[in-house]
Amino acid sequence: MTATTVPTSSPVVPRPARRAKRRSAALGLLAWAAGLAFCLPALWMLLTSLHAESDAATNPPSVFAPLTLDGYRAFFGADTGVTPWPPLLNSLGASFFSTLLVLLLALPAAYALSIRRVRKWTDVLFFFLSTKMLPVVAGLLPVYLFAKNAGMLDNIWLLVLLYTSMNLPIAVWMLQSFLADVPVSVIEAAQVDGARLPTVLARVIAPMAAPGIAATALICFIFSWNELLFARVLTGVVAQTAPVFLTGFVTSQGLFLAQLCAASVVVSLPVLAAGYAAQDKLVQGLSLGAVK
Amino acid sequence: MTTAAGTSAPVSAPRTPAPTPGKGRRRAWATRAPLLPALVFLIVVTQLPFVATLVISLFDWNSLNPDKRAFNGLGNYASVFTDAALRDSVVTTVLLTAGVVIATVVLGLALALLLDRTFFGRGMVRTLLITPFLLVPVSAALLWKHALYNPEYGLFNGALSWIGDLFGDTSPGQPDWIADMPLLAVIAALVWQWTPFMMLILLAGLQSRPAEVVEAARLDGASAWQTFRHLTLPHLRRYLELGVLLGAVHIVQNFDAVFTLTAGGLGTANLPYTIYQTFYQAHEYGLASAAGVVVVIGTIIIATFALRVVSSLFSEEANRA
Repeated sequence: MTATTVPTSSPVVPRPARRAKRRSAALGLLAWAAGLAFCLPALWMLLTSLHAESDAATNPPSVFAPLTLDGYRAFFGADTGVTPWPPLLNSLGASFFSTLLVLLLALPAAYALSIRRVRKWTDVLFFFLSTKMLPVVAGLLPVYLFAKNAGMLDNIWLLVLLYTSMNLPIAVWMLQSFLADVPVSVIEAAQVDGARLPTVLARVIAPMAAPGIAATALICFIFSWNELLFARVLTGVVAQTAPVFLTGFVTSQGLFLAQLCAASVVVSLPVLAAGYAAQDKLVQGLSLGAVK
Repeated sequence: MTTAAGTSAPVSAPRTPAPTPGKGRRRAWATRAPLLPALVFLIVVTQLPFVATLVISLFDWNSLNPDKRAFNGLGNYASVFTDAALRDSVVTTVLLTAGVVIATVVLGLALALLLDRTFFGRGMVRTLLITPFLLVPVSAALLWKHALYNPEYGLFNGALSWIGDLFGDTSPGQPDWIADMPLLAVIAALVWQWTPFMMLILLAGLQSRPAEVVEAARLDGASAWQTFRHLTLPHLRRYLELGVLLGAVHIVQNFDAVFTLTAGGLGTANLPYTIYQTFYQAHEYGLASAAGVVVVIGTIIIATFALRVVSSLFSEEANRA
């Protein structure tokens, strides 16, 4: 910023300009250093996952040890025959179906809150938000008791319902703010041309809000995939999710560091991909649409 | 919330035509209908269990002793506040939340200020910075516990011996991080994970700062510090509040890091972990529920502020539209 402002104030001040430039370069380097420092543990995890077990747990660390995929092979059950596929698929299923259900419930609600506004729409919005602030532990026991009596323990569909309730408020907020960005004039123009509501929704609103809807879906997917407490309490063997599998992994296999890092990388991979893809909308989602 | 309701009338006016009195009621329901599935779903899945928790909290109920279930009034609440372990976990929760939130705000602000400038590879640095936030929390906690904190071969002690080697010290200190400083170890791991979140929110705040005003201040001869102190900081206030409160609501509820790093040992059991243990391992349903209600009350206090902040940001946005 400094570099661009100097010429406007006066064209002949070379020395402060040069100093500003040098300062700017130094701050850029500092930003790079900070970025690398923050990413270092994650990069270390990746590197360790690619080392042989004998090179992984050494002191001082063996950074330049030969790379191998043995950790990944071991994680996928090459030695023990215990594969992580069922938990990974459970996580995928629970996250996918709850995201789908969230969108089905949240899209109409967001429509009513942004385009065809119900009265007192802000109050309704804040009610949605307030449910998100209710700590999960406060409702966990009744849910557990209900599931136990209804024979729904260790059932992936119970997780789908709970993850839906967990993400619905966020989705309503996000979608509300994305739909509100669709210009009213475009909607009205379509209506003047004789388009009816379903057509307007499908042909005008959905395409214009598509990036926002996609970002909402990704964020809901990430939160469901990450969830541990519900999954830990309410699932056992059959419906075990990837995070629960990870926590049990260390105790059941003993500690193999390379394998553990490989497991962490594999489990985090979908979230990393989704998160990088939704980077720009991530802030808006995480701040519940309050920040653009 | 009331302020939000106050702003709703003028804002919604241009969007919806005023309801005509005759067929108004049917129209109102037609408008409301799309909202109902989501509302009903949320009430059933989140509010009903909480009501059940409230009821259970009034009973003396240990599931290992189902016959002795009896009405206990506020007895469980008295236990929550007198039970040393539970009281300790209240203190732990406060320390953990405050420590993480303060550290992430300071670090996040510094990083946001660094990133709010143009420099080579800015997008790449941003991507590097948000990576901790995108790791699955359990993976991150396992990474810290085993690959970084491990006293024998963790990266931290590895780096210490490597640096020691460099300076000819053959036996540098090798702390057992988690055992020596358990709460700090949990806080550090959480700070690492949550700083990107604060940075993202504060960066959004910085980038929404009107450029002309900053420019004008610069032309008037304001120093960088003066601009920051008198323009940037007041503008960021709302974003800081929002970050603090949303962060606090999340950290108060943290379970993954405590569960994975220390399993609640060494004085790191926060309320969510303690409640989990009280009902899942000790089967004290009544007591766990009472503690849950206490957490809710605490969260409501934070959330009320959070809602007010979001509401003020939000009505600003609505007024602009």
